[in-house]
Amino acid sequence: MSARGETRLWLAQRASAAVLALCVLVHLATMIVAVNGGLTAADILGRTRGNPAWAAFYAVFVAAVAIHAPIGLRTIASEWLQWRGRGADACWLVVGVALFVIGLRAVAAVVL
Amino acid sequence: MVMPEPEMLEVDVWRGGCDGSGRFQTYTVPRQDAQTVLDVVTWIQRKLDPTLAYRFSCRVGMCGSCAMTVNGRARWTCRTHVAKVASGKRLQIAPLANLTVVRDLVVDMREFFDKWAKAGGQFTPTASRRDDFARVAPESPARREVDAAIECIGCGICYASCDVVAWNPAYLGPAALNRAWTLQNDVRDGGRVERLAAVAGDAGCHACHTQAACTERCPKQLSPTASIAGLKRMAARAVLKGEL
Repeated sequence: MSARGETRLWLAQRASAAVLALCVLVHLATMIVAVNGGLTAADILGRTRGNPAWAAFYAVFVAAVAIHAPIGLRTIASEWLQWRGRGADACWLVVGVALFVIGLRAVAAVVL
Repeated sequence: MVMPEPEMLEVDVWRGGCDGSGRFQTYTVPRQDAQTVLDVVTWIQRKLDPTLAYRFSCRVGMCGSCAMTVNGRARWTCRTHVAKVASGKRLQIAPLANLTVVRDLVVDMREFFDKWAKAGGQFTPTASRRDDFARVAPESPARREVDAAIECIGCGICYASCDVVAWNPAYLGPAALNRAWTLQNDVRDGGRVERLAAVAGDAGCHACHTQAACTERCPKQLSPTASIAGLKRMAARAVLKGEL
């Protein structure tokens, strides 16, 4: 990949990591509070469904995962499996898109 | 008067190449005060086995030619005292990792220095002999970055210690990237755009995982890790400005 492409991937991974750090913290803290508060699954769904704030939060979370994970896997495959090149990059792009679609489906199930 | 028997050192030395025929051979060497690992290797070659191949030159930590793997760790042997590294009375000496062994303790450094060239390691002049001297303020931020990284002696210890080089043989490596960083901060240099493209591409600065083995083992106490991080920041800024 070109220098511009590699640098963009590096920037995207760092930026998505920063977003993920915040999202994971909020997600874990919310789960702990919800469980300790004795909320059932139905109670939780009652709060998330139709709530645009939770929808936006988890959509951002999913987007960050879909960006971050394939770039990391691409590096691991390059170093440990010697799997590099355009074919590999195209595969990781598909993985990213798949993560995004699957993740958004899960978000839709919780907020719609 | 009977002289006491000198304390002896058992030294396992790698003999042969990397074609599968190589093996460790054990030599017994007398201990001496202030004895360096290079002294041990030289003693073996002069007194026990003249066929032993190894490389050295200055013996004072300037030339960078005597680096070897000592007890599993890359070191400059001329400045490494036996007392510091010998576990008990045993020492193991092998050629540097991540480089092709020519014979015994000698490795082929071509790949190492070819990568300096690939990383744009040459200075690109912008002035002629008719121009006045360039004036670079010693306290300027760019000059300080250069100062922190300039004393590399090209020994290859960082390269031999780098896991990323082991995983990806195309990776330019800490020394070449460190050299590129010094030139990227040289205000007189005219090749900075091309060099940034050379070090930010496949197997360039972004491949570094910041594990810092290079920095921990550099005998000159340089930090290639910091230089590589600087290149990453420089490349990121260039991309955001549309200059890369």
